[in-house]
Amino acid sequence: MPETHGDGPDLPPPAPRQRFDRAQVVAALLLALLGFATVVQLRSNSDDGAYAGARRGDLVQLLDSLDTANQRAQSQILELESTRRELLDSSTQTQAALEEARREADTLAILSGAVGATGPGVRITVEDPTGQVGASVMLNVIEELRDAGAEAMEINDQVRVVAQTFFADDGEGITADGIQVSPPYVIDAIGDAPTLSVATTFPGGLEDIVATVNGTVEVEMPEEVEVTALSVRRDPDYARPAD
Amino acid sequence: MIAAVGLLAGLLLGLVLQPSVPLALQPYLPIAVVAALDATFGALRAYLDGIFDDKVFVISFVSNVVIAALIVYLGDQLGVGNQLSTGVVVVLGIRIFSNVAAIRRHVLHA
Repeated sequence: MPETHGDGPDLPPPAPRQRFDRAQVVAALLLALLGFATVVQLRSNSDDGAYAGARRGDLVQLLDSLDTANQRAQSQILELESTRRELLDSSTQTQAALEEARREADTLAILSGAVGATGPGVRITVEDPTGQVGASVMLNVIEELRDAGAEAMEINDQVRVVAQTFFADDGEGITADGIQVSPPYVIDAIGDAPTLSVATTFPGGLEDIVATVNGTVEVEMPEEVEVTALSVRRDPDYARPAD
Repeated sequence: MIAAVGLLAGLLLGLVLQPSVPLALQPYLPIAVVAALDATFGALRAYLDGIFDDKVFVISFVSNVVIAALIVYLGDQLGVGNQLSTGVVVVLGIRIFSNVAAIRRHVLHA
């Protein structure tokens, strides 16, 4: 009852003021609620992460799409890993093939006399004071040494003996591959030294033949024989590699 | 006058207390705020028209908020919460626009 102490004449009329008051108070309360809720909502929207206000359906969908992306990435990883393995394998194979080819090239280079060679072997010195050791004798020696397994040979550090090497007699000595070599003939041969030495000293062999013309043959077996002469380069005119 | 003070007090209270929204209320609070805004603009328009009634304002405010939240809740239960809340926001937005247009005509006579 507001009239209980409404004793002053200067007070405004109580009844309308009270009605007005209540209306305003209620409206103010509601508006306060609105303001409060608005601020709270704004704050929660800006504070929380992007997914705080999201609905369950949206979240499930999001999760699903993440799962799918994850699976896709996983399968991509597997694919790339297998590709990497394949590449590694193939590069290892290439490496092996390369090494094989290099070994082959080395072997062929030694056989063809394109590079120098070194290794155990024999050094055969043929003294020929009468000049009667000819091309045929030399060819025999070379053939015997080949039979004994000589892998690289040279004469007088001048001529590399390879498959195409030819010998011819000329006035003062021998021509090998068109290069004149004169006595004493020093033949360097790389191979199994005892076997090579036997190839020159067997009965009826080089020693005996040279002895008939008053020459001497001396065989040394150094630990390291160096064959430094290179063969004449011969490019084939007709032969081509067959497939 | 008191209404403006109340609005300000509510804003300040929210700023000072900085409460977090309960998880259960999270989907409904934004819709409720929009509905309350609609009711408030409607009340302002009625006040300018000279037909403001506090009872009508209170009832419309409360029922607006409750119905909006209820619709969204129903939508969530039916699995169309997203679409229904969008619909509610659109409808309330249109109403807010027309109310604000009426207020503008009153205030600016344009």
